[in-house]
Amino acid sequence: MSFAWKVGVTVVLFAICAVAAVILIVSLLGTPPVVDYSAGASGQPVNVTLQAVGAIGSGNHPDWVSYLVETPQGQWVHTTVFQVPQHTRINFTIYNYDSGSPLRNQQLGQVTGTYGNVALLNGHPFRVINSNAGNGVAHTFTIPELGVSVPLYANNGNANLCGAAPCTTSSPHKIIRFSITSPGPGDYRWQCFVPCGLGWLFGNGGPMGQLGYMGGFMKVVA
Amino acid sequence: MSETQAAGAAPTPATTESTAAPDETHHWWRLIAIWVVLSAIATPLFYYLAGPHMPPGAMTNMAEGARFDFNILMVCAIPVLLAVWIYLLYAIFTWRASRGGPEPVAGPASRGHLGLQVGWIVSSTVLVLFLFGFGTYALVQPGGAGGGQGASPIWTPASKTILPIQVIGQQWKFTYRYPTFGGFETNELVLPNNTSIQFNVTSLDVIHSFWAYQLGVKADANPDYNNVAFTTTQQLGRFTVRCAELCGLWHGAMFNYGVVVTKQQFESWATLTAVRLRHNTSLLPPYRLTYTPDANGADGGYYPDNVDPYSKAEMYGAPQGKGAG
Repeated sequence: MSFAWKVGVTVVLFAICAVAAVILIVSLLGTPPVVDYSAGASGQPVNVTLQAVGAIGSGNHPDWVSYLVETPQGQWVHTTVFQVPQHTRINFTIYNYDSGSPLRNQQLGQVTGTYGNVALLNGHPFRVINSNAGNGVAHTFTIPELGVSVPLYANNGNANLCGAAPCTTSSPHKIIRFSITSPGPGDYRWQCFVPCGLGWLFGNGGPMGQLGYMGGFMKVVA
Repeated sequence: MSETQAAGAAPTPATTESTAAPDETHHWWRLIAIWVVLSAIATPLFYYLAGPHMPPGAMTNMAEGARFDFNILMVCAIPVLLAVWIYLLYAIFTWRASRGGPEPVAGPASRGHLGLQVGWIVSSTVLVLFLFGFGTYALVQPGGAGGGQGASPIWTPASKTILPIQVIGQQWKFTYRYPTFGGFETNELVLPNNTSIQFNVTSLDVIHSFWAYQLGVKADANPDYNNVAFTTTQQLGRFTVRCAELCGLWHGAMFNYGVVVTKQQFESWATLTAVRLRHNTSLLPPYRLTYTPDANGADGGYYPDNVDPYSKAEMYGAPQGKGAG
């Protein structure tokens, strides 16, 4: 191989590695879009609406379980990052379209950190879900730093569940409502604590380990 | 023979030997004097001024012990550090090559010095052996050194009244069970003051590490294993709990805060919490030192279910029901 060939091969390999590195860095730094609930808020309660689906149905991982966030204008966005004003009552509504199972740790079956440590399931107040009975728990909405955790009661796994997001209320679903008071400014991690990343060790890879699926941030701004 | 010597620009070896001995003695006494004076000043200054403020504080006997051990290490290290620095700085300013002077290589000044070598080796050996003995003593003092001692701890606290608290790690949070109060499980870690605590540390999934920094406690949380660590509280206040074992994406966010309160406050808190959580407590598995979760993350309670948790039927990736979440 001539010297020119060696130089050429080296340059090409270097270019490939550089492009791969750039793609990797961009993908790692990439974050899902932010749904902004803080604009125009003037001390009034803010309503945040999410849905949890068994399969997102599109994109790079169509079979991944995921949360979605509804914009104040009523559009569903595939993201898990939303922004709310500080020190404001936040009313959450979560539509759960997924089936469930027993919890790995039933401690997560209780409602904590909400107003009155209570949540509403289809309009009925509850404090604890026995995940070993009925349909079990599909997911949780948990903000560890704030002590907030709400289990999402599951749908019957034998029902004709929604298979692609965004799901509509024509599919079997459960509606969970609760309220919290937003803290001071900061980014507060939230995640599902049901290890629902099927196919990964202990269920905590895949959608459990990537922003935009089963975990995200509640951004609180002044 | 160097070029400068060959050119007759440098003194002969015999001449150097005859004049070097008094100079070296002079240098050594000067070095030793500087070292003794600075060590005598710096070491007590550190111990009495900075030492009491060194982490991790004195919230527990284990934390105080760790701080004392750290300070002893520093007291041993400061003279060594000063010796090296003083020698280097002295050499730089005293024996540096002057412009136009002879090359300072391969001359008489670079020869070995048996006494210095023996002294350095002996003093280093004595220091290391002392630290070995001291470290061993610090490790085996009553209650261990705040580290996980495994399921059958050798070094237990002197107190006969020990409050057991179970620490359960899971991706990505710690929860705590209080078996002497009905076995409730909570996100909060509340400890009574002036009490010996036995942490029974375990995990429901991967390996975590329970690191209660200000308590002087650090114990790995392994699945299917009970790792015991002791400490005795002696100050009121808040402390931080972090996971100290890389355990996945949100490892960095796996932390929370605990608090040491008075015994009366603790009794009140524990009693009220037991009542508040009684419904969920009744759904928890009976208190055990370890729990065996199903291998299937989405399908796993942490009850032993008489099924091999790693059977093919329950392995991750096995066919699941639609939308199993």
